[in-house]
Amino acid sequence: MRFLFLISAALATLVLIFLLNTREFLPAPLGKLLSPQHGIWQNAEPIDQAFNEDLNLPGLKGKVDVYFDERLVPHVFAEQEEDAYYVQGYLHAKFRLWQMEFQTHAAAGRLSELLGEGPGGRILDYDRNMRRLGMGWAAEKSVQEVEKSPESLVQYVAYADGVNAYIDQLTEGQLPIEYKLVGYYPEKWTTLKTALFLKYMSYDLAGGEDDLEFTNARNNFSKTDFDQLYYILSDSLKPVAPNSSEAPYPAVAAMDLSKPALADSIYFGFRNDSLTRDNTHRPNPENGSNNWAVAGSKTKSGRPILCNDPHLGLNLPSLWYEMQITTPNFSAYGATFPGSPNVIIGFNENISFGFTNAGRDVKDYYEIEFQDDTKTAYRYNGQWVPADKRVEVIKIKGEPDLLDTVTYTVFGPVMYDETYRASEKEIRNLAVRWKAHDPSNDGLAFYGLNHAKNYNDYLAAIKNLTCPGQNCIFASKSGDIAIWQQGEFPAKWQRQGDFIMPGKDSSYAWKGMIPQIENPHMVNPARGYVSSANQLSADSSYPYYTGNVFPVYRGYIVNHYLDSVTQADPVFMQKMQTDNYNVKAAFARDILLRVRTTGLDESSIKYLGIFQQWDNRNEKDAEGPTVFNLWWAALEKATWQDEFDRVGVPLPWPGEYVLVESLHKDSSYPFIDNITTPNKETLEDLLTTSLKVAADSLDKLAANGKLAWAKAKDTHISHLLKVIEPFSRLHLPVGGGKGVINATTGDHGPSWRMIVHMTDNIEAYGIYPGGQSGNPGSRFYDDSVDDWAEGKYHTLWLMKKEEISDPRIKWTMHFRKA
Amino acid sequence: MKLLISILLTALLSFALCIFLPWWSIAIAAFVVAAAIHQMPWKAFVSGFLALFLLWSGVSWWISAANNDILASKVSMIILKQQGSFLLVLVTGLIGGLVGGFAALTGSLARKL
Repeated sequence: MRFLFLISAALATLVLIFLLNTREFLPAPLGKLLSPQHGIWQNAEPIDQAFNEDLNLPGLKGKVDVYFDERLVPHVFAEQEEDAYYVQGYLHAKFRLWQMEFQTHAAAGRLSELLGEGPGGRILDYDRNMRRLGMGWAAEKSVQEVEKSPESLVQYVAYADGVNAYIDQLTEGQLPIEYKLVGYYPEKWTTLKTALFLKYMSYDLAGGEDDLEFTNARNNFSKTDFDQLYYILSDSLKPVAPNSSEAPYPAVAAMDLSKPALADSIYFGFRNDSLTRDNTHRPNPENGSNNWAVAGSKTKSGRPILCNDPHLGLNLPSLWYEMQITTPNFSAYGATFPGSPNVIIGFNENISFGFTNAGRDVKDYYEIEFQDDTKTAYRYNGQWVPADKRVEVIKIKGEPDLLDTVTYTVFGPVMYDETYRASEKEIRNLAVRWKAHDPSNDGLAFYGLNHAKNYNDYLAAIKNLTCPGQNCIFASKSGDIAIWQQGEFPAKWQRQGDFIMPGKDSSYAWKGMIPQIENPHMVNPARGYVSSANQLSADSSYPYYTGNVFPVYRGYIVNHYLDSVTQADPVFMQKMQTDNYNVKAAFARDILLRVRTTGLDESSIKYLGIFQQWDNRNEKDAEGPTVFNLWWAALEKATWQDEFDRVGVPLPWPGEYVLVESLHKDSSYPFIDNITTPNKETLEDLLTTSLKVAADSLDKLAANGKLAWAKAKDTHISHLLKVIEPFSRLHLPVGGGKGVINATTGDHGPSWRMIVHMTDNIEAYGIYPGGQSGNPGSRFYDDSVDDWAEGKYHTLWLMKKEEISDPRIKWTMHFRKA
Repeated sequence: MKLLISILLTALLSFALCIFLPWWSIAIAAFVVAAAIHQMPWKAFVSGFLALFLLWSGVSWWISAANNDILASKVSMIILKQQGSFLLVLVTGLIGGLVGGFAALTGSLARKL
């Protein structure tokens, strides 16, 4: 009997431990998670945590001292340059390990391994999308490039060693909380992981296109309709680099850019087939930024000021980590990417630098004809050419591995085929030619910029940047300002690559790359400033085709302000960077005010009144922006949705300027008529019905107290694992929006605002919506979010070695070689 | 007296073992103490339960207080779906206590064999 009791008690204990240690039965291993010495409690960092440490680590060459200021920004002073990257890796890991690894897992298409296939197989589909795009293949190629450059190799290896030095001493308790909640463990860091991270940025910034949708549009609209919906040159365009006598465009292309023979009938032939795939994994089309630099002639101090605010997905932990790196060769400060060495956007003692996305179309599709179903050979230039295969092994949590075989051609991987369909009706074999597949060592650009002392150094550095193409802005203490749209861009004929291209021979292949010297640029222009906001880089006199989808309004308003300013200072720049003026609303106002007030119901009249009184500024408490956005969206829908519904396959929605400009040019714009009704609608009819539609939505918002713009827009910063809401910051009181300099939308916006005044002791300001620690249990996790939302800035301190007793320094870490 | 000593010893041993071993080493501590110090099985259960309940809720409360409950309030939303760092402290104590109690009960029964 006693024995039976014993067995029962022992069994109960073991079962209890088992239950509390796995995820099989309870949703979480509660014993493991809640153990105060192992689990989540260990991530609850004391409010008064001291970050002082003395570390003796293998792999260091000399001494490194790190001084943390009151915002936990590290100022790293290394005696040996490679030690600086070692310590950068260590600090990135110490404060951001989970996110940097998670992002490389995302880049490599390995999320199912951690999270399972997701609801409806969504996560698995994301992974397959990344695998089939050849992200891993591309990253492996860039590792080979890095290995060819001694300075890069030393840097990348030192960085990885630093990350691993941190991982090696991690205890279970110190593991970032996300590892505990999801239930996995960090891998060793490698150069490949850094390459994957950088490829992820290429994907985010140069991986977007709507080629399949544009192909549908070409196939289903008449040429006239197509040209009206998707014209490229906006009237309001102010290109990044206008054609001027200071920096004239090349008169002719450096190579023969004539269209292939028969292109008019084959490529531009408007035939009636279509692709049904609605790609939900595309990078956010709003990924873009503002940057500008004004010369001393336009500033109070007589010195240049450089500004940059990259607009990216807003997440926690933040994409950026602020730090200073000082070695005997340079002293740089700015925003860094956890996952990569160097300062990415910032300044040093002599120059400042920043980026906006070029947005050029460097990703195209080619239709492949295989010899047979084995896909071992494909037709190319009149022959059957053998294809390569790459087997992607996708691990899925709780399921057997999925083997996904991807066929590679001369163009690149066949992304869509019978296993990954572009069309439900038929099998289309579409290979993707993407610039990010070409071997390159883009990290060298940042390495060079960190070290640069003048314009020539900057120019030499950015030449390493091939993809993603960027508008690289520059200002120096000595008074120079410059912007180059830099990247290795394919030389294209008009509309090349906007649609799927025939891949049976080389006639539609890219004819070569535009010579670097012919990239659009401006250096010390007479107008006294350079700027970019993702608009078209050049106007139609540029001899190369640069792509088809570009925003215009931010570029318009940035240049408008900079044209008129004469005595700029950092305060002016802060106001400008957080400016909420809505150019599109100003341009659209006269169209909307043509609405006939007779026949409007009471609530429509009320909202029309709000719109009339509104000053076109997307301020957080204003109701005008809410009315305008809903009304304009309803008007666009009323104009185009009927024609689009008739086509019935995924199509690109026309650009933000298309309806405004079309209605200004022609108030009897053919799309106004609703083709589903027997009547012939007029613009006035559409204005009335769209206002009514908007008013219904506005009434619902008003009933919930959400008419104010910030409430309607509802800006939030989600944790990278979208499901963990408590780690996110929701409902932020922020104005701005699409097409506004303060480009803050619901989940996207200025991810780092920086202003650098090139005075003798560089005066700089910056902020990002997050905090220096990636730990949701730290007070430094999101301590900058509220200031960011209010449009405030921190002073950025490029510390000098002799300032080590400055009261701003709160903690010190000493790194010594073991 | 025995109860008090058992509780103290179990808590101390649990804390020490958890510095080096996984969380479930609290069961070893409770088992060993209950096997070493003779008590009625139900008393052993109570001392194991109380030792770990007090240790786990005490330590987690201490940590959370130093953290201004920043993390506990977030994690309680994730795990318990409601706001309440104190509730998370209680659940933590309860889980530790249950494991400690059953392990101590087992230890006490094993000793009697």
